[in-house]
Amino acid sequence: MSNIDVKRTAKLFIGGAFPRSESGRTYEAKDKNKNFVANVALASRKDGRDAVVAARAAFAKWSEATAYNRAQVLYRVSEIMQGRREQFVEELSLWSKTKKQAETEVDEAINRMVWFAGWADKIAMVTGSNNPVAGPFFDFSIPEPTGVVAAVAPENSALLGLVETIASIVVSGNTVIVIASESQPLPAVSLAEVIATSDVPGGVINILTGSYKEIAPWLASHQDINALDLTGVDKKQIALELEKEAATNLKRVLRPNTKLDGLARIKVFLETKTVWHPRGF
Amino acid sequence: MVFEYAPAPESTKIVNLKSNYELFIGGKFVKSKAGSNYKTINPATEEVLSEIVEASEKDVDEAVKAARKAFKSWSKLTGSERGKYLYRLARIIQERSRELAVLESMNNGKPIRESRDIDIPLVAAHFFHYAGWADKLDYAGLGKNPQPLGVAGQIIPWNFPLLMLAWKIAPAIAAGNTVVLKPAETTPLTALLFAEICQQAELPDGVVNIITGAGATGKFLVEHPDINKVAFTGSTEVGRLIAQTVAGTNKKVTLELGGKAANIVFDDAAMDQAVEGVINGIFFNQGHVCCAGSRLLLQESISDDFLNLLYERMKTLRLGDPLDKNTDIGAINSAAQLAKIKELTNAGKSEGAEMWSAPCDIPNKGFWFAPTVFTNVSLSHRIAREEIFGPVLSVLTFRTPDEAIEKANNTPFGLSAGIWTEKGSRILEVAHRLRAGVVWANTFNKFDPTSPFGGYKESGYGREGGRHGLEPYLKAGK
Repeated sequence: MSNIDVKRTAKLFIGGAFPRSESGRTYEAKDKNKNFVANVALASRKDGRDAVVAARAAFAKWSEATAYNRAQVLYRVSEIMQGRREQFVEELSLWSKTKKQAETEVDEAINRMVWFAGWADKIAMVTGSNNPVAGPFFDFSIPEPTGVVAAVAPENSALLGLVETIASIVVSGNTVIVIASESQPLPAVSLAEVIATSDVPGGVINILTGSYKEIAPWLASHQDINALDLTGVDKKQIALELEKEAATNLKRVLRPNTKLDGLARIKVFLETKTVWHPRGF
Repeated sequence: MVFEYAPAPESTKIVNLKSNYELFIGGKFVKSKAGSNYKTINPATEEVLSEIVEASEKDVDEAVKAARKAFKSWSKLTGSERGKYLYRLARIIQERSRELAVLESMNNGKPIRESRDIDIPLVAAHFFHYAGWADKLDYAGLGKNPQPLGVAGQIIPWNFPLLMLAWKIAPAIAAGNTVVLKPAETTPLTALLFAEICQQAELPDGVVNIITGAGATGKFLVEHPDINKVAFTGSTEVGRLIAQTVAGTNKKVTLELGGKAANIVFDDAAMDQAVEGVINGIFFNQGHVCCAGSRLLLQESISDDFLNLLYERMKTLRLGDPLDKNTDIGAINSAAQLAKIKELTNAGKSEGAEMWSAPCDIPNKGFWFAPTVFTNVSLSHRIAREEIFGPVLSVLTFRTPDEAIEKANNTPFGLSAGIWTEKGSRILEVAHRLRAGVVWANTFNKFDPTSPFGGYKESGYGREGGRHGLEPYLKAGK
């Protein structure tokens, strides 16, 4: 007897739920041989705005969570990714040259998640300072998350690039709306399912599939977003326009091609707070 | 009781002003290629102090060329050698500190007590601090052998003219960059005196270039294709324009912009200290301070008592000659700024807030505004939302710490905040939850070269001071 596969509907991930696009639109994802793979939700402006509301609502609690807690939650994500390794490999293989390449990327992505998870309780130690001011004061500087971040993930690093984008932003307590690779969306859809089952509070990570060219301008001009990660923007003119829009409320902007990774990337989405108090009896 | 004080003006003889100043490019004062001239005045007397060049696009280009040329050798110099030049600058500033303080008060209108005891000592301290960084850049947080960016275009405001110059130039040149700096239109004189100090220090030609002018000159500088870095301190409005201008380029940017800081006084605060802190928070430098504590948040149960103490203290503030050592409140920096303060205070009155000003004699000449408090202010009033940049305090009340934090954070700005309470855990919790770059607890308006300064949200990005202040002028090494 043959068994008919139960196919998955590829949906958005907003506020911990999996809605279809409110616009009702989908687009056809095709593999490297131009064969149909899936109908994927085509996110709209409204989906982007809903995701901002969810990300803002999640910010207070996530940024208040202890660093130890954030570290464990992100580590848990890597655990669930490991369990889904074969699925990620299969999906990446739709677009990678070889299966070996897909396997390497999945392993690296899992390792990268573990690496970032470990940063949560070390960022303040490495980037903070106690400031020896010339007077009777206790004065220290600590890093804090900048707030809600909108990100365009890399087009051609559909899992590793996505993990790097998300983890570097949320590890310090920011919340994120990320636009996944348009042409290779399935790893993002699966990562959303991993995140949904990994103790990540709803709204901390929101994943949109669709065209950044359509959604990113709305996010760049949104007044309740604090920073913009343009890493995946591959058109100079669009990057320029997005950066201009971002200036309307002085968002922090990570430009494309800055090639920042690791701690340098985490630092883009941090504020420094300096606190003074007098010494004395 | 108010004591009568005899006038005690600081002599201006120590300052040798020239009748006109040229641009400082490539280590020399040079004639403008095409710029026009304008007069810079003493805002306390409206007397003309000197004639200044409004640098043209061509002048800006010459300055950038000089900086680019100097960058080749300056960036190759060892850190320890660069550092020695910065130490020289710090020492000469200390040696000539009285002259700089008097000139700063003449051109800016700030009380000599502040320019002498706060501005100029901090300027010297800033150069001294970054001098020591020049040969320790491996420890700046960017890994081994970090590299300077190149030529920095720097634009500074008129409220702390020489101090803002120090905040900009010291970290930039310590890291191996060269700079083209434009002082504010109304306060160019101490920057030009600093140019002479660069000559005395034998700083290599072109490492520091000073071009004077107004907004148009600044725009030429920001738009110049051969600068690698823009550093700006000023209004949020101009900051936005700069962020738009550099969009799509490789220019790094740091912006230190406006603020509308909440100064929160809880019912258990040490009242007399808190009153002094609130006074210092808003009337320091006539309120021409981006991090001024311009919104006073009083816990409701102490609000009447606190305001009575505040009014009594305000009646003793001395407004007048900035060069008098007893002066607390100097002149407003310009007619334009005075007009802006009046516009906003008029809006406060017409929106229904109650205005009270300390009784003081306003001199006949110059620009002045009496220390002023608004009560019955609501969060939606313009005087509670917009930066007034003058000696004007808006008072709001709250009942619970949560409400205080909510109101304090209810602003697009996020530069600074103040907390007054005797309870340690409350200080730490409130400091933690305030979305502001600098939080002063049981103190206010304190600055130090080792202490990072800068804003959240629309107060800009990047930090100045300490190790953090080096990062905007460096990139990771290879």
